[in-house]
Amino acid sequence: MYDFEYHKPKSLDDAAATLSQHEDFKLLAGGMSLLPALKLRLARYSGLVDLGALGQLRGIRREGDEIVIGAMTPHAEVADSAAVARAIPALAALAGGIGDPLVRNRGTLGGSIANADPAADYPAGVLGLGATVVTTRRTIAADKFFIGMFETVLEPREIITEVRFPIVEAAAYSKFRQPASRFALVGVFVARTRGGVRVAVTGAAPSVFRFKEAEEALTKQFDSTALDAITIAAAGLNSDIHASAEYRAHCVMVMTKRAVAKAANVPSPCNERGRVRQGATMSVNINTPSPGSSAGERGSTYR
Amino acid sequence: MPTVSMTVNGKRVSAEVEGRTLLVELLREHLGLTGTHVGCDTTQCGCCTVHLNGTGVKSCTVLAASCEGATITTIEGLATEGKLHPMQEAFREHHALQCGFCTPGMIMSAVDIVRRKGNDLDERTIREQLEGNICRCTGYHNIVIAIQSGAAAMKQSRPSGAPPG
Ligand SMILES: Cc1cc2nc3c(=O)[nH]c(=O)nc-3n(C[C@H](O)[C@H](O)[C@H](O)COP(=O)(O)OP(=O)(O)OC[C@H]3O[C@@H](n4cnc5c(N)ncnc54)[C@H](O)[C@@H]3O)c2cc1C
Ligand code: FES
Ligand code: FES
Repeated sequence: MYDFEYHKPKSLDDAAATLSQHEDFKLLAGGMSLLPALKLRLARYSGLVDLGALGQLRGIRREGDEIVIGAMTPHAEVADSAAVARAIPALAALAGGIGDPLVRNRGTLGGSIANADPAADYPAGVLGLGATVVTTRRTIAADKFFIGMFETVLEPREIITEVRFPIVEAAAYSKFRQPASRFALVGVFVARTRGGVRVAVTGAAPSVFRFKEAEEALTKQFDSTALDAITIAAAGLNSDIHASAEYRAHCVMVMTKRAVAKAANVPSPCNERGRVRQGATMSVNINTPSPGSSAGERGSTYR
Repeated sequence: MPTVSMTVNGKRVSAEVEGRTLLVELLREHLGLTGTHVGCDTTQCGCCTVHLNGTGVKSCTVLAASCEGATITTIEGLATEGKLHPMQEAFREHHALQCGFCTPGMIMSAVDIVRRKGNDLDERTIREQLEGNICRCTGYHNIVIAIQSGAAAMKQSRPSGAPPG
């Protein structure tokens, strides 16, 4: 790792000012993606701006029909949050399936989506739920946020402060883990919302994307059999030593069906008006794969 | 070079570090606490696990400078008054090691599992919660047994079940 100046601002304004005074300074959150990249000398910055002292960027709260999660909230906190488990259990399960527990203790929501790794889990949750990314400059709809491989619309001086996740009628995430890295070989997040069904796919292509054909079919009939006549073209999907594009295309269909089946079995925390039912409880069990799920698919099951 | 100060195993320490100095380098090279190992240096193996403000982290992927004011516990800080921590004792008792290289990280991670999941751990929970720690010798069998027993013993030795650090 090349040396750099280290800064740990005490306020968000300070952080933003430090960034705008120095062209090639970079934000540091949990460091679980940035520090490995710096060690490999894949990147080099003359300074890092550590967001670790900004407690206001960390935390989870319920606001009306949204769950709001601060950018610096570690994955482990989301995975273990009772508020998230009650309102959007699929999101808690997704966070609990990222990497390993020690990575989850450190890595953050903001870092994950800013990084936009093509195989990362959170981008599927953010896009699948149609969340809103809030930054120091603006609010950005998930549909506009991810634009390519490791690429988002964030400007170099922009800091994510929180992400607002709408509470939907039902949702589930199914991930086929690359067993060594634990990233998603393919991960599919399905959400049934009042405006229709959303399906977001990660791991399969250079960037997370919405699977529109599946969305249309599932909006008509929210049942995995609605997908029987649908396939996804392998052209344009990722192909590497872990899986060919054809394999991933097949995997997208399997993971989508599994996610739909999981979401359909789960009682909705919302009634028909979209209001959240009082006292709706749902236990999240990230440790027990559903019967018949493959060994590769982990950390995404709840019952 | 910036100076960082923190509490390591109950002692206040200060050191001059570079921006890029890793927590594990500070522990091993500046403080001589070589019980924390570096297996992979790529955030995979967990040999470097320590507790940062009570939470298990891979110290090869934390900047020393980020730990200003923090409380760190390493494997050297687990035993108290010459008596092994119940988790260390369980690893000894159940022969949960062969070469021992992964052991400090395994034990620090095991204590973190107890913090998060409690003292009553089943095999599946232990195996899944141990995903961040790699052992190239044992096949994990005795490690899992030791963690189960160590977790239960921690409850007896500390009524609150609270791990140190
Ligand atoms: C062994 C291992 C396994 C992993 N497995 C998985 C997995 O299965 N699934 C998965 O999704 N991820 C996985 N990860 C990645 C992990 O989730 C990271 O935590 C995450 O990608 C980055 O978050 P971070 O907080 O560590 O960010 P950092 O590494 O600190 O930063 C990442 C990038 O985001 C920028 N950034 C950080 N915070 C902000 C902000 N608030 N606003 C704007 N930009 C910001 C930084 O400048 C940097 O460019 C794994 C990592 C490791 C080491
Ligand atoms: S040395 Fe830190 S995880 Fe391997
Ligand atoms: S005992 Fe040798 S690596 Fe685990």
